[in-house]
Amino acid sequence: MNRRDILRRSAAASLLATPAAGLLSGCATSGGGDKNDAETYQGTKSAQNPLGVKEDAPLEVVIFGGGFGEEYAKAHEAMYTEKYPKAKIKHSSTQEISKTLQPRFVDGTPPDVVNNSGSSQIDFNGLVSQNALAGLDDLLAAPSLDIPGKTVKDTLLPGAVEVGSYDGNFLVLNYTYTAYGIWHSAKLFADRGWSYAKTWDEHIALCKQIKAAGIAPWTYAGLHPRYMSWPLISTAIKLGGPSVATAIDNLEPNAWKSDSMRTAADAWHQIVKDKYILDGSPGLDHKQSQTAWCQGKAAFISCGSWLESEQKDVTPAGFNMTIAPTPSLGSGDKLPFEAIRGTAGEPFMVPAKARNVAGGLEYFRTMLSKKGAQDFTKKVASLTVVAGATEGVELPYGLSTVVKALDASGANGFNWVYNNFYRKLERNLIDAACGEFFSGRISPAEFLEQCQKGADSIAQDSSIKKYKRAA
Amino acid sequence: MKHGKWPLIVTFLVPPVLLYVFFVVSPYLQAFQISTTDWLGYSADANPVGLANFKTLWHDDYVWNALKNNAILLGLVPVLTIVLGLFFATMLAMGGRKGSAGVTGVRGGALYRTVYFFPQVLSVVIIALLWKEVYHPNQGLLTSAAHAVGLPAPTWLGDPATAFWCVLAVMVWSNVGFYVVLFGAAMSAVPKEIYEAVLLDGASRFTTLRRVTLPLLWDTVQVAWVYLAIFALDGFILVQLMTNGGPNFSTDVIGVRMYDTAFGSETKFGYASAIGVVMFFLTLSVAVLSLRVGRRERIEYS
Repeated sequence: MNRRDILRRSAAASLLATPAAGLLSGCATSGGGDKNDAETYQGTKSAQNPLGVKEDAPLEVVIFGGGFGEEYAKAHEAMYTEKYPKAKIKHSSTQEISKTLQPRFVDGTPPDVVNNSGSSQIDFNGLVSQNALAGLDDLLAAPSLDIPGKTVKDTLLPGAVEVGSYDGNFLVLNYTYTAYGIWHSAKLFADRGWSYAKTWDEHIALCKQIKAAGIAPWTYAGLHPRYMSWPLISTAIKLGGPSVATAIDNLEPNAWKSDSMRTAADAWHQIVKDKYILDGSPGLDHKQSQTAWCQGKAAFISCGSWLESEQKDVTPAGFNMTIAPTPSLGSGDKLPFEAIRGTAGEPFMVPAKARNVAGGLEYFRTMLSKKGAQDFTKKVASLTVVAGATEGVELPYGLSTVVKALDASGANGFNWVYNNFYRKLERNLIDAACGEFFSGRISPAEFLEQCQKGADSIAQDSSIKKYKRAA
Repeated sequence: MKHGKWPLIVTFLVPPVLLYVFFVVSPYLQAFQISTTDWLGYSADANPVGLANFKTLWHDDYVWNALKNNAILLGLVPVLTIVLGLFFATMLAMGGRKGSAGVTGVRGGALYRTVYFFPQVLSVVIIALLWKEVYHPNQGLLTSAAHAVGLPAPTWLGDPATAFWCVLAVMVWSNVGFYVVLFGAAMSAVPKEIYEAVLLDGASRFTTLRRVTLPLLWDTVQVAWVYLAIFALDGFILVQLMTNGGPNFSTDVIGVRMYDTAFGSETKFGYASAIGVVMFFLTLSVAVLSLRVGRRERIEYS
C-alpha cells in the first residue's frame, strides 16, 4: 500500500464523517423527555410571597448577549438575591440561544429564565405549539413589587400583554418598549434648513431637495431588507386603519394585496423609481447602512428605537438622531400623522419544564418593578414596558424623541405580530420580497404578489400552528 | 509473535471504532429515524409520519432552488479549483526552465507557496468576513478598483445576478492554496528523470502537464475531486456567513436550508433531518461516482 492508497482510503473513510452539517444535534427525541423524578421548587404562597417562591431554590438565567449586554441582568439578579439571599443564581450569556438551549428543552431540563432574542432566537411558533412555555398569568395578577396598590398588569403599557399572547394565553414577557419609525439627524436638517415632511407628497419633494444637495435621501439594510417592510406596512395601516394589520396577522386571504397595501406599495415605489436610495444599499447589512447614515451619506433610515444604542460607537457628537412617524398619504388616512408603531420587544420566557417556575416569575416581577425598570433604562438607554418608569431618568437625545413620538401617538399607536406568530414569514419570505422591491427589480404589484405567496405558503403548511388575534 | 497479534489489534482498533460508532454512526442513524417524524425539536413528543417529510421535500421549491445552486457549485468549484491548483503547482515545481538545469520552479516559489496557503490558515469565519468587506458595495476593494478605472460596479452580494458568483469565487479562492500544496507534494514524488526526458523530447509545458504530470498525479486529483465535491455539496459556512442564502434565495444551498429549517426561522427538526438524509445520500453517491468514473490504471515506478 503506497501513500496514494492511504490518501484514497482516508478520503473514502471521511465521506462518512462529512458533511459535518449533516449531523444535526446528536440528541434524539427519545433522550430525556419527562423527568418526573426531577424535583420542582415550590414554596407556599402568602401576601409577602404571592408567587410561592421557595426562598432557597436556585435560579438559572440565560441572557442573550446582544446589544444590551448582560450587566442589566446581573443588576436584576442582584435585586432578586437581595430579597432571597439563600437563592443561588446561575447566570450565563450567549448569542446562540437556539443551539445552546435546544438539547436542554428536549432533555426536560431547561433554565428557569430565558431571554430568547437575537438572530439565533428560537421560533416562538415552535415553542408555543409544543407547550414549552409556562403561562405568565400568575405574574400579571401578583402585586407590583414597589408600585403600591397595583398589580403587575396595571403597571404595564398598553399592548405589552397582547404582543406576548398566543390564542389569548400570555406566555412571553416582552420587556422593552420599542417604537418603529423613520430616523433623521436633527442637526443635518437644521443645518440645511429642511424639516421633516408630514405627507407623502411633501416627503418626495423633500427627497428631491436632499438629492439635489448631494446627499442620498434614503438608505436601508439591503441584506436584511425586511427593515423596509416596517414603514411600508405602517403607511398602509395609517391609510386603512389597524384592520390592515389584523388581516395580515391572521393570514387572511389576500391580506397583503388589500387596497391599502397596494396604495402604500405604489407610494414607496417612488423612492425606488426616482433613485432616492443610496447607491449600493442593497449590498449593505444593517450595521453598514446605519453607519453610512450616521456619516451623513443618507438622510433617512428605517429602524426601531434600539438604533441609538446600536450606533453609539459611530454616531458623531451632536448628531441628534430623531425618530418620526411615516408620512401620511393624504387626508383620507384613517390614522393621524402622529400614529407610530409601538410594541413591546426583547422577549423573556419561563420554560414550562423549568424546575423553578415560581422563581422565574418572581424574577420577572423584579424586572418589572419600578426600580428594576429604571435601572434597565439607565444602563442600556431603552424604554421598558413599565409605565412611567422613565420618570427622573435622564434620557439620551434619540430616546427622548422616541418618548415624545410615543406620547404624541398615544391611543393611535398600532402594531402587528405576524413576525412573532410566523418567524419564517418575516425573516425569510417578506424579507426576500422587500429585497427585490427596494432594489427596483420588481414592481409594486409583483412585490405584493410575492408577499402574498409567502403568507399563503405559511397558511397552507399544516405543520405550522396558526394563531389568531382579535382586532 | 503470532499470538500477540490480536491483543494489539483489539487495543488499537476497538476504542476508535467505538468512538466512531458513538459519535458519527449513531447520530446518522438517529437522523434517519428523526426524518420520519414530525419532531419540532423542543419537546420529547414526536409522531411518526412515515415518508411525509420526504414527500413535502419533493414539492418544496426552496429545496429545489438550493439543490440547483449546489449542482452548479458541484460542477464548477472542483474543476476551477483543481485547474488553478494544478496550474500553480506546476508553475511552482517546473515553471522555470532556465538554462540547462532542467526542471526548476519559478523564481520565488517558496514565497508563492506560502502566500497561496494563507487562506488555509485563516478560519472560514474570518474568510467570510474578510470577503464581505471586499465586496462592500461602497468602500470595498472591488468597487474601489472598478471605480478607479471608471467602470460601474455591481452591488456584489446585494444583487441576485452577482451574489452567487461572488460566493463561488470565494470558495475557489479559499480552497486553491491547499491543493497547490497537495499537488506540489505529489509532483515532488515524480522522478525528475521523467521530466528531463520529456524536456529533451521538446515537449511544451502544456503538453508536459497534460501528458505526463496529470496521469502521474491522477490518484491525487481524484482525491481532490472527492473532497471538493463534498465541499460543494455543503458550502454551508461561507454561504451562511456571507449572504445567509440571500438575496431572494439566489445563494441558497441545501446546508443553509437545513440549518434554517431547524435552528433559523423554524424549529422543524423532523423536516430538517429529512433534508439531512437527502444530503447524506447525495454526498455518498457523488463520492462513489467520482471514485468509480475516475478509476484508471495505476502507474508504478520501477
